[in-house]
Amino acid sequence: MTRYVIVGAGEAGIRAAASLRAAGEREIVVLSAEPIAPYERPPLSKPPDPDRGLLRPIGVDLSGVELRLGCSARAIDRRARTVELATGERIPYDRLLLATGAKQRRLACPGGDRALLLRSSDDARAIHARAEPGARAVIVGAGLIGLELAATLRVRGLEVCVVELAARALGRAVPAELAERLVERHRAEGVLFLFGARLEAVEAGAVRLADGTRLPADLVVAAIGVEPATELAEAADLACANGILVDSSLRTSDPAIFAAGDCAAVDHPRYGRVRFESWRMAGEQGRLAGRTMRGEAGELTALPWFWSDQWDLSLQVVGRCDPQRQAVLRALGSPGLVRFELDPTGGLAAAAALGPAGPVGRAIRLVERLIERGAVVPPSTLADPEADLRPFLRAP
Amino acid sequence: MPWITVCPLDELPRGSVRRFDHGGRTWAVYRTATDELFCTDGLCTHEAVHLADGLLVDYEIECPKHAGVFDIRTGEALRLPPCVDLETWPVRLHDGRIEIEID
Repeated sequence: MTRYVIVGAGEAGIRAAASLRAAGEREIVVLSAEPIAPYERPPLSKPPDPDRGLLRPIGVDLSGVELRLGCSARAIDRRARTVELATGERIPYDRLLLATGAKQRRLACPGGDRALLLRSSDDARAIHARAEPGARAVIVGAGLIGLELAATLRVRGLEVCVVELAARALGRAVPAELAERLVERHRAEGVLFLFGARLEAVEAGAVRLADGTRLPADLVVAAIGVEPATELAEAADLACANGILVDSSLRTSDPAIFAAGDCAAVDHPRYGRVRFESWRMAGEQGRLAGRTMRGEAGELTALPWFWSDQWDLSLQVVGRCDPQRQAVLRALGSPGLVRFELDPTGGLAAAAALGPAGPVGRAIRLVERLIERGAVVPPSTLADPEADLRPFLRAP
Repeated sequence: MPWITVCPLDELPRGSVRRFDHGGRTWAVYRTATDELFCTDGLCTHEAVHLADGLLVDYEIECPKHAGVFDIRTGEALRLPPCVDLETWPVRLHDGRIEIEID
């Protein structure tokens, strides 16, 4: 029997374990540095569900999987094929999956360590514990986590100011016209935004900006992105460059070692080398690794897709948006909007939608299928809010 | 097991899905582009989002929230994230009305 060891119990690691188990494998060990059962991370930045709270277990049957909580992996011995734990214990493997995820970036400015970070359930609890109604919160970074957290804290009755170095929010993955509408929604709820704002220091009770502005702050959260957790891989001399380098089947430079999720820089057949940072991609990669570690053929073909929920608006993006592409806009109720992006041959390449959850979900689900089929839809049809795009799924 | 009226057939266009609530429970009732009728539980087994807001393509309903996919004929969960199948319910056309049989 092949022995599988998985380092990391996030979405990628857990889906890989479940996939191996479903295929009949019986020797599967999952090492989790966290002391609690695997949980979903997407709820951590959103308002807590009154019925279920922040901590939601990943809904997967792990019976038959040896889940070792509170176990930090310290080193990999590739020659002996063992993983060494912080306790010194050595765990042998035949196939190893690194699903080590990513770490939040810290603020580099003086006092930057005063800022809280949000990655784990403990992080989320620490933020909520200090989120007294009426308190003043400064969130550094207007990315997805920063904006979700802004809404979450505002709902709890805090004064919220979002400070962003760039000229706009969500600059990395969301088209400008959607990001602007989302920021307007936040402003209507009383969230303040400072764009083009460079941090000078985080002081006790305040954040100071380079232009001299002093923002009083009872709570400072840094949401300025993540770095892949590659220390184990690098120390073991696996090829890394902004992530653990893997081929489209998730193999590293060592044929016995695979990587999946936020820590992996994948050679995606459609996009080339990309390190994805999304829940769905982590799960898809985990499932794929479960197959390819067993020696089955398989490539990462899934399209990147993510969502965010802020206030009463849903945001969903499928494919990789690019401001340089030809784009077609379609109204989606009010104030909803879809941006379809076309490749040079007129085929659908990506789309982003903002608006009520149902229409946004339907639009993006459909675009995903249209992209997968290489469908070409006339721009005038894409722009028509009444036009049903489903017939284009059947076109040659 | 009573048959309960959902709506007149012409209120559910081909290729669409609607929500039906009865007795504190909720269902999704489908009329395919090929004019077949199906009924499943209303809520996605993953996050309790209503499938009547989802995208219906052929025999697949896709949850609008996290993109789980189910076969409306069998209720089978076809794609991550849901791992639990939906229950399916008998549907019939009676006197121009769509009816489902529920217990």
